[in-house]
Amino acid sequence: MAETLIRLRDDSASTAPVVAFADLSDTANALAVRLMPGDDARALLPLLGQLELVEVAFPGFNDGRGYSAASILRESGYTGELRAVGDVLVDQISHYHRVGFDAFAPDQPITRAAIDTAIATWPEVYQRTVDGRPAIWALRHG
Amino acid sequence: MYQYDTHDQAMVDARVAEFSDQVARRLSGALAEDQFRPLRLKNGLYLQLHAYMLRVAVPYGTLNARQMRMLGDIADKYDRGYGHFTTRQNIQYNWIKLEDAPAILADLASVGMHAIQTSGNCIRNTTADHFAGAAADEVADPRPYAELLRQWSTFHPEFDYLPRKFKVAIIGSDVDRAAMKLHDIGIQVVTNAAGEEGLRIHVGGGMGRTPMIAPVIRDWLSPLQMVSYLEACLRVYNRYGRRDNKYKARIKILVHEIGAEEYRRQVEQEFAHILTLGLEPPPAELARIKAQFADPAFDRAAPVAIDLSDPDFALWVDQNVHAHKVQGYGIVTISLKPTGGIPGDASADQIRLMADLARDFSFDELRVTHAQNIVLPHVKRTDLHAIWQRLDEAGLATPNLDLIGDIIACPGLDYCSLANARSIPLAQKISARFADVERQRDLGELKLKISGCINACGHHHAGHIGILGVDRKGVENYQLLFGGSEGADTSLGSIIGPGFSEDGIVDAIERATQVYVAQRTDGERFLDTYRRIGTAPFKDAIYG
Repeated sequence: MAETLIRLRDDSASTAPVVAFADLSDTANALAVRLMPGDDARALLPLLGQLELVEVAFPGFNDGRGYSAASILRESGYTGELRAVGDVLVDQISHYHRVGFDAFAPDQPITRAAIDTAIATWPEVYQRTVDGRPAIWALRHG
Repeated sequence: MYQYDTHDQAMVDARVAEFSDQVARRLSGALAEDQFRPLRLKNGLYLQLHAYMLRVAVPYGTLNARQMRMLGDIADKYDRGYGHFTTRQNIQYNWIKLEDAPAILADLASVGMHAIQTSGNCIRNTTADHFAGAAADEVADPRPYAELLRQWSTFHPEFDYLPRKFKVAIIGSDVDRAAMKLHDIGIQVVTNAAGEEGLRIHVGGGMGRTPMIAPVIRDWLSPLQMVSYLEACLRVYNRYGRRDNKYKARIKILVHEIGAEEYRRQVEQEFAHILTLGLEPPPAELARIKAQFADPAFDRAAPVAIDLSDPDFALWVDQNVHAHKVQGYGIVTISLKPTGGIPGDASADQIRLMADLARDFSFDELRVTHAQNIVLPHVKRTDLHAIWQRLDEAGLATPNLDLIGDIIACPGLDYCSLANARSIPLAQKISARFADVERQRDLGELKLKISGCINACGHHHAGHIGILGVDRKGVENYQLLFGGSEGADTSLGSIIGPGFSEDGIVDAIERATQVYVAQRTDGERFLDTYRRIGTAPFKDAIYG
């Protein structure tokens, strides 16, 4: 069945109100935040211990800044939910997954089966990223 | 040269499956055109004026005979019996049906080829010196680094939706044959006093509507940190490159607006972070790749002296054969610029002939040059005459390398949906006007480059003589530039005055060459004379 929120996590979804990045300074102890493409993900680093949900907005699927935002958060040790929100399409899911997204809230519903198929697009990968898959160079050289 | 292993093959096979599915969804209507467009572009498929155009990647311009033969077969099977070699060292087919695209990609994959990232706002096919591994002037072979970059950039998940396209070029000689400083990133492999290899990194060059020469951002980088450093360069660009205006979205604008110093600072900060992540392939991987680019089994005793008594053959050897690093060998450039022909076009039969010659005489290797010619990199001088005869029979022995007849031209308004003016017929007229080879040789090295619009695919900014086609109130008009260069002395040409009609610009070029002949001193090229005497004498002759 096509759904509007697909989570690849076992924990339950955060119920905390989602605070816009721009309003963070007014909200002490925010648990959930939304980044727009121009927001600096590194500004969230001091909050990583408390955040349980970061939404990364894709107003248009072809604005790729959110991929770097996701990578930076995961590289910095963020383990909470990382949700791609907006113009999220099945043909970009494999890349989203590789940079650390583990939840999707697409404007147009996508089936869980389509998500799983998309994630399996690449039998192997050339780069080491935050998804933990071994890069092809690691397979070659052990 | 590099051979795919099972890992590389698995990736191109997966790409064929992915794109076949996307085409099927597009044909069924499940995928809308604006969603499909960036996907097909990342497979090199453009919708042009008359049909789909498919751009096939030739990584760093290097391919073997079997791959070249397949390019000829594809031209016969899916196109109109010819292909067009481009300034990006790739090949394009101009008459492709969308429903054939998956079968073409499958044919390409069967010989380890693809069309991955030959368009779209992603990291494009890395280009390189087309004489790499062969030139007498080479310091270090850039191809192992180019191959490492190919793998790193292929389906890189973070950099597939950049603000704009991203082109990397790499050279390993002080003689720049790849227009390195006119790329988003230009890399030169250099050596230090201890003989160690290092990389000099330029960032922020480009042509297009705002041409810029890339400044040096890192003077020396360990080759074992190249992937990490480029990761940092790209991340800063992906985050901060402009997305509000596609004409200001290339990295050259970012570097220009914040300044090279500030860009360098941001990259170094990101680089320090990335070095902690362990993203760099191990030294063993670079060593594995380097081993595949080891010299073929050259005959070190091959004679240098050959019979040059046939004057036509001697002319071709003098003009189209370069010095090889091994005595007794030469580097053959096959001109795809016959008099009055279409620059870069080759028929399926010609492509297969060049494949056969590479198999029989050049250790199974060919190169595509950014000047739209084909290179046989490792030819025994004693085989030159046999090769020349076969090329001559096929119309491929034009002795005009780097002369005024060796024109670079974009496809222009005959094919391209972005063009404002035709490039090909103009190239043909200039070529015909200067058909006399002795006259061309008297004019010496003279790089003439034609673009049919401001996007500059024909490199007009970098031409000793550049031509830019524009649309002036519905009429094609051509602007004339002098003084550009893509070599180690990279410079950008300047428009010299009001534009011309198609016939008018051919006359103007002829008058410019007359000024050069009258004013040159011994050994000066057209470009040198222009730089010395300036624009005024040329303007007087052309507009006077």
